[in-house]
Amino acid sequence: MTDLPTSTEKKLGLVIDLDTCVGCHACVISCKGWNTENYGAPLSDQRPYGEEPMGTFLNRVHSYEVKPEGGAAQTVHFPKSCLHCENAPCVTVCPTGASYKRKEDGIVLVNESSCIGCGLCAWACPYGARELDQAEGVMKKCTLCVDRIYNENLPEVDRVPACVRTCPAGARHFGDFADPESNVSKLTAERGGMDLMPELNTAPVNKYLPPRLKDSWDDESVLAPFLEPVAEETQGFMGWLDKQLSRLPGDVKQTEGAE
Amino acid sequence: MHPAASVIVFTTLSGAGFGMLAWLGIDSTPSTGWGAFGYYFVAFALAVGGLLSSTFHLGHPERAMKAFTQWRTSWLSREGVCAVLALTVMGLYAAGLIFLGEALSILGWIGAILSLGTVYTTSMIYAQLATIPRWNTPLTSLLYLTFAIAGGALLTGKVTIALVLLVAASFVQVIWWKKGDTAFADRGTNLGTATGLGDRGEVRSLAHPHTSPNYLMREFIYTVGRKHVQKLRVISLTLMAAVPVVLLALFGANHFIALIAVLSHIAGVATSRWLFFAEAEHTVGIYYGMR
Amino acid sequence: MTFQQPKIDTSPKVSDEIRKTTCYMCACRCGINVHMKDGKVAYIEGNRDHPVNQGVLCAKGSAGIMQVNAPSRLKAPMKRVGPRGSGEFEEISWEEALDMAVARLKPLRDNAPEKLAFFTGRDQSQSFTGFWAQNFGTPNFAAHGGFCSVNMAAGGIYTMGGAFWEFGQPDWDRAKLFMIFGVAEDHDSNPIKMGIGKIKGRGGKVIGVNPVRSGYNAVADEWVGITPGTDGLFILSLVHELMKAGKIDLEYLAQFTNAPGLIDPETGLLLRNADDKVMVVDSVTGDLVPFDQKGARPNLGATYKADGKTYTTVMAKMAEKYLDPQYAPENVAEKTGVSAKKIKTIAAELARVAFEESFTLDHAWTDFRGDKHDKMIGRPVAMHAMRGISAHSNGFQTCRALHVLQIVLGTVEVPGGFRFKPPYPKPIEQHPKPHGKVSKSAPLDGPHLGFTRGPEDLMLKEDGSPIRIDKAFTWENPMSSHGLMHMVISNAHAGDPYKIDTLFMYMANMSWNSSMNTRGVIEMLTDKDENGDYVIPYLIYSDAYSSEMVAYADLILPDTTYLERHDCISLLDRPICEADAAADAIRWPVIEPDRDVRGFQSTLIHLANRLGMQGFVNEDGSAKWKDYADYIVNHERKPGIGPLAGFRGKDGDKVGRGEVNPDQLDRYIENGGFFVEHIPEGADYYKPWNSAYQDWAVGMGIYDAPSPYLFQLYSEPMRKFQRAAEGHGDRQPPENLRERVKYVMDPLPFWYEPFEDTAVDLDEYPIHALTQRPMAMYHSWGTQNAWLRQLHGTNPLYLPTKLWEKYGFKEGDWAKVTSTHGTITVPVALQEALNDNTVWTWNAIGKRKGAWALDKDAPEAKQGFLLNHLIHELLPAKGDGLRVANSDPITGQAAWFDLRVKIEKADAPAGEQSQPAFPEIKSPVGQGPDHLEWKVGK
Ligand SMILES: Nc1nc2c(c(=O)[nH]1)N[C@H]1C(S)=C(S)[C@@H](COP(=O)(O)OP(=O)(O)OC[C@H]3O[C@@H](n4cnc5c(=O)[nH]c(N)nc54)[C@H](O)[C@@H]3O)O[C@H]1N2
Ligand SMILES: Nc1nc2c(c(=O)[nH]1)N[C@H]1C(S)=C(S)[C@@H](COP(=O)(O)OP(=O)(O)OC[C@H]3O[C@@H](n4cnc5c(=O)[nH]c(N)nc54)[C@H](O)[C@@H]3O)O[C@H]1N2
Ligand code: SF4
Ligand code: SF4
Ligand code: SF4
Ligand code: SF4
Ligand code: SF4
Ligand SMILES: [Mo]
Repeated sequence: MTDLPTSTEKKLGLVIDLDTCVGCHACVISCKGWNTENYGAPLSDQRPYGEEPMGTFLNRVHSYEVKPEGGAAQTVHFPKSCLHCENAPCVTVCPTGASYKRKEDGIVLVNESSCIGCGLCAWACPYGARELDQAEGVMKKCTLCVDRIYNENLPEVDRVPACVRTCPAGARHFGDFADPESNVSKLTAERGGMDLMPELNTAPVNKYLPPRLKDSWDDESVLAPFLEPVAEETQGFMGWLDKQLSRLPGDVKQTEGAE
Repeated sequence: MHPAASVIVFTTLSGAGFGMLAWLGIDSTPSTGWGAFGYYFVAFALAVGGLLSSTFHLGHPERAMKAFTQWRTSWLSREGVCAVLALTVMGLYAAGLIFLGEALSILGWIGAILSLGTVYTTSMIYAQLATIPRWNTPLTSLLYLTFAIAGGALLTGKVTIALVLLVAASFVQVIWWKKGDTAFADRGTNLGTATGLGDRGEVRSLAHPHTSPNYLMREFIYTVGRKHVQKLRVISLTLMAAVPVVLLALFGANHFIALIAVLSHIAGVATSRWLFFAEAEHTVGIYYGMR
Repeated sequence: MTFQQPKIDTSPKVSDEIRKTTCYMCACRCGINVHMKDGKVAYIEGNRDHPVNQGVLCAKGSAGIMQVNAPSRLKAPMKRVGPRGSGEFEEISWEEALDMAVARLKPLRDNAPEKLAFFTGRDQSQSFTGFWAQNFGTPNFAAHGGFCSVNMAAGGIYTMGGAFWEFGQPDWDRAKLFMIFGVAEDHDSNPIKMGIGKIKGRGGKVIGVNPVRSGYNAVADEWVGITPGTDGLFILSLVHELMKAGKIDLEYLAQFTNAPGLIDPETGLLLRNADDKVMVVDSVTGDLVPFDQKGARPNLGATYKADGKTYTTVMAKMAEKYLDPQYAPENVAEKTGVSAKKIKTIAAELARVAFEESFTLDHAWTDFRGDKHDKMIGRPVAMHAMRGISAHSNGFQTCRALHVLQIVLGTVEVPGGFRFKPPYPKPIEQHPKPHGKVSKSAPLDGPHLGFTRGPEDLMLKEDGSPIRIDKAFTWENPMSSHGLMHMVISNAHAGDPYKIDTLFMYMANMSWNSSMNTRGVIEMLTDKDENGDYVIPYLIYSDAYSSEMVAYADLILPDTTYLERHDCISLLDRPICEADAAADAIRWPVIEPDRDVRGFQSTLIHLANRLGMQGFVNEDGSAKWKDYADYIVNHERKPGIGPLAGFRGKDGDKVGRGEVNPDQLDRYIENGGFFVEHIPEGADYYKPWNSAYQDWAVGMGIYDAPSPYLFQLYSEPMRKFQRAAEGHGDRQPPENLRERVKYVMDPLPFWYEPFEDTAVDLDEYPIHALTQRPMAMYHSWGTQNAWLRQLHGTNPLYLPTKLWEKYGFKEGDWAKVTSTHGTITVPVALQEALNDNTVWTWNAIGKRKGAWALDKDAPEAKQGFLLNHLIHELLPAKGDGLRVANSDPITGQAAWFDLRVKIEKADAPAGEQSQPAFPEIKSPVGQGPDHLEWKVGK
């Protein structure tokens, strides 16, 4: 049904930490693997061994450079999948009702057996989160691994999206944004989680944690606490060593308790 | 946006077809019998042909019936419903004219409104998309409607009205282009807002996520022919309005001239529609450092 | 209308069965859960219980399905029928293939075993392949370490008895400051990512030292965009700052390193007693005592007078050397491209975190002197480095310098610092020396590879000529512990030091991405002598896929894929241990091959059995093992010690040492394909000096007896080589190398200019050119993978803003890049976060047309390219006309990253075909399908 539910019980989604994403594409391929084998049609590949290979993927990692005024440029790896928008334009445009947002958890899904492959939902998504499968002719998108997160055939720890489970850097977090105590709500609050293209009012559920401030040592205005020499140069090695040895032993400042 | 032939044909032909139907519906002195058949045949051929063509780009045309279900939210669904209603009502009206020689003018009026409604719903499929700022304006509906009405007038032989409407359509078209050219920038969506990194500095795409173009890039990032845009705009205006206006003004409405004028107009509209898609930049392009 | 939505099955069945084995999509060797449906591989995920990856998996690992179904898989043994390089083959039976190989190898073994050169590339079974080569009797065996990262391994082992790479790891749970030098990915792929994630998650700081800011350097909080080849200078400048400020851990240096060792002013060797123990002055008693005397407190500042000589300490020598103003930040800033202020800031931060954020763990432990400690002192500064510092001709000394930096901060094997993984730490004395004594029809006198302690250990014949075809362990590279695989083909072609008959190679794409001077290598492999015979007479090769190398072999012994065979990730080999645990693992056939292929290790056993090789056959000539699985279980290196440490003994309850357990493989499979034995608390840090650890290691079979040792800040083996070059002893370097040996074999690390910089005209070739590994690709095998090649199927040359603007490049442009050796024409792209004078590209994306079952117009074969065409295995000739190897002069490590180039804008070549382009090879396996809809359980 292309009506958006007026509210959802849960707001499941991802937090993606741009401060730790190393751009390894692990999430991209585990997503491809899981979703090829599971929910819906396989994610097909055209010309897989040929010129211009082109396959369907539900998650892609871009690479950007940010050039701060006067500072060194920074590289940011940027994974992107469906943000499960609260105000999902992809859902309301769908003429068949194939696209819908689940009222229990807010996951935006495509019911492939109703989809006519008109592509309009992909047109309506600002983020490029939907890809029309060229072999099956139906729209594919991130399912938030709806067939994992509730799957009773999986051990409880594994009931998380494939991309989250696999991310080696721990840059992807899954949880319920409706619960202010959830890991994702807390991370978003602590680290200033951002919306993508907020001006389009899609109200994305997924949040991005901005990279922490970088290259603070390049800032000329920061007065670095340089090290003080122990001895004047003139006193030579023995003077230096004397001073050194008088420091012995011990310089412990903190103690970590027994574990 | 990739200017797929199917959508260009669809919007061009069905626009003209429904425009024609609208004029036919409100005609206070409709022709009947074979004369009516001629007009309605052309109008239905255009409208239905356009609609059929639009199904060519569907992944699953056999499920097309499902597309009528979501009229409460979806402009595409509304278009389908509206088109079917318009065609049905106008079909009944036409049947009356052709077979009974009767004009049930109330049906004609309803049909005309539905026909224009169809053009409007079509326009809204595009105008609703915030992702494509160039389209995302009420002017898009105005553009589609004026084109449809002008084309309809031309096709139904309403020469004087057509002359005026073609000139009006040209104006709307020029304004639409002008507004469109700055629409993306005016929207304020850029790689900075798309990544949330804009407040740190200039953001630039370093590498794409994949080796060769994928569905998104093929569908949404179309840069071919950008160099020739101005030329194409002139060609489009010339064919769509100038040629028909000049021909009709100079030679009046003889059949041969009218045919040339109509063909020129349709070619002009098609060119305009090609530009409509080819020039449209989708926000997805931003993620690729392209537009 | 009310809101309606379809009902979906959120609990579908995931698979019929999970089979747990070990990934082989790279050398990290993560544990994987292979989900099976209808007996087929349906989905691969990480194994949560596995010590290496703890459930996570990289892109390559998840793409394993596409490797196992790759159309490029070889199908059967093949013999060459067209000329070498054409790709024309005929499939033959295994019987015929083995007969052909034996017909060639038997006479060699009987008459001149050295005429077989057996080199095994990225081998994960080196302890087995080495055993095979040793029993064959040829001295010519090594794996890929020489062109890979021997500087890193040897630099670490010679200095501290262990290395980074995969032999150690930062204390990810306790480090607060992490400094990473020259790493794009490394072998410890997933653990490094997990570790960085942990450190950053706690708000710790990461410093990335790398000319390129991508991957790990992208997430680094501080980026040091250093000029390639100058890390040694940068590191020693940090040492200078720290020493000058007294921010060094004197207690640590005194107790655990040879800093208090006394240097004989005449020989430059350390003073030793009759038991060969290093002598120190006890600061309490003032007596001269062996370093490990109970209760001794070694004095760092002592002098000792005897026989009219004054001995001073290593510490004194270090102070003299590193306090010198040549290492002052101001004096290294220009060369390194790092400002003096930044160097000072980093030094201050290292000192602050190491000393002011230090902490203690309440783990009691006893050191080797018998001193009891109730606490362990943490220094939460950890470091890691890889090929960015090691793949330079000054790499060995730079690696040593980095270890010196860690050691003066006291951050090795302490909480929060860098930790070894079993079987490390292991002092030089516990490593073998190289062996090369050949006898007909008999095994070699010992293992091929090892660690030389001085000139007496070099692999030289009576006449001073090299014993080995790769000239490892000669004066050109006296400490070449991993051999020099990159020199084998060119030496064999030149017949220098001698001619060989058969080159037998395993999983090394030598005619493509793993060689320098690719075109040259292709020519050497196809070159014929005056009789029309190939100069390198015979080539046997084992690959699993239709790589570029396959076309150059005379006989192909096709391997299985990693899910179709037994393998053994052994403690005798490269470990998969964690700092807290010893671990090993297996692979087992989770599916059966659908082709006529065999696991290569089993093939070696079949060959050895037919050749009647000692070690493989019993007295009566019968085979000891029928295949590799049999060997893994039943082979014993020493009584009770075999390839696998877990589930030993009749009942499978013994660990490390124990009799053969016939059910061992089943026990591994039940346990998830691996085995872990944790190090007890209190034995987990200070391992080289910790009695509890030493005892545990003996129990595990890692050592035969406790072997505590001192870190070698001052390297005596190096001093011995240097001393020889000064004219002492009867083994003398040749005159053309004498000065070089004297210079580079400095027993204290120093920095010298990379050789290429002194050999080429830097005004003409001012730019550094590098490669990096993409995280989602493994060398050449990645781009045959239908999923991975969609991520990185092309590799533009990235240029920094300065060069981009200087040459007026625009998006989509091409450049001609020239070195003293060759020219390539390739697509370019801009990267702003890049050292001003450096360009780089992804490694091994470029493909030869016709290889890997790819279309000839695949992007990899069109725009893709190799930087290798610009790199030569020899440096340009000097005044004397001699060309020395483009390698580290100490270890022989290939100096990939010394490359200097010039750049010009160029027109795109016809068809956007990067240059040079080689003729297409005929694919022995055809081409892959044009679409895929992979789903096993429909
Ligand atoms: N320019 C440049 N060149 C480099 C480097 C660089 O940094 N820059 N790095 C160098 C380094 S460190 C290395 S280690 C080398 C690596 O270079 P190679 O050792 O050549 O590595 P691979 O490309 O991994 O390929 C080895 C071969 O193993 C085959 N193979 C894969 N799986 C199996 C299997 O299961 N069984 C068998 N029998 N064969 C298999 C593959 O098909 C391939 O032909 O490259 C070196 N070359
Ligand atoms: N995904 C993946 N993983 C792999 C491999 C693979 O092919 N793919 N290969 C495996 C193999 S065989 C190896 S040897 C390891 C190698 O692992 P890495 O050492 O990470 O290998 P490289 O990609 O060669 O990275 C070298 C890095 O050093 C930088 N660098 C170059 N010169 C300098 C310098 O002078 N100073 C500094 N500070 N940095 C410099 C380069 O920019 C680059 O980032 O990776 C292993 N792991
Ligand atoms: S797996 Fe994690 S670190 Fe790797 S690209 Fe995805 S989000 Fe980034
Ligand atoms: S990200 Fe795109 S596809 Fe996903 S809910 Fe939002 S608009 Fe729809
Ligand atoms: S492609 Fe499918 S899901 Fe998308 S709008 Fe069309 S029918 Fe709906
Ligand atoms: S949640 Fe599942 S479907 Fe969505 S990106 Fe992650 S793996 Fe793919
Ligand atoms: S790092 Fe990736 S490819 Fe390497 S073993 Fe682990 S999962 Fe496999
Ligand atoms: Mo390597």
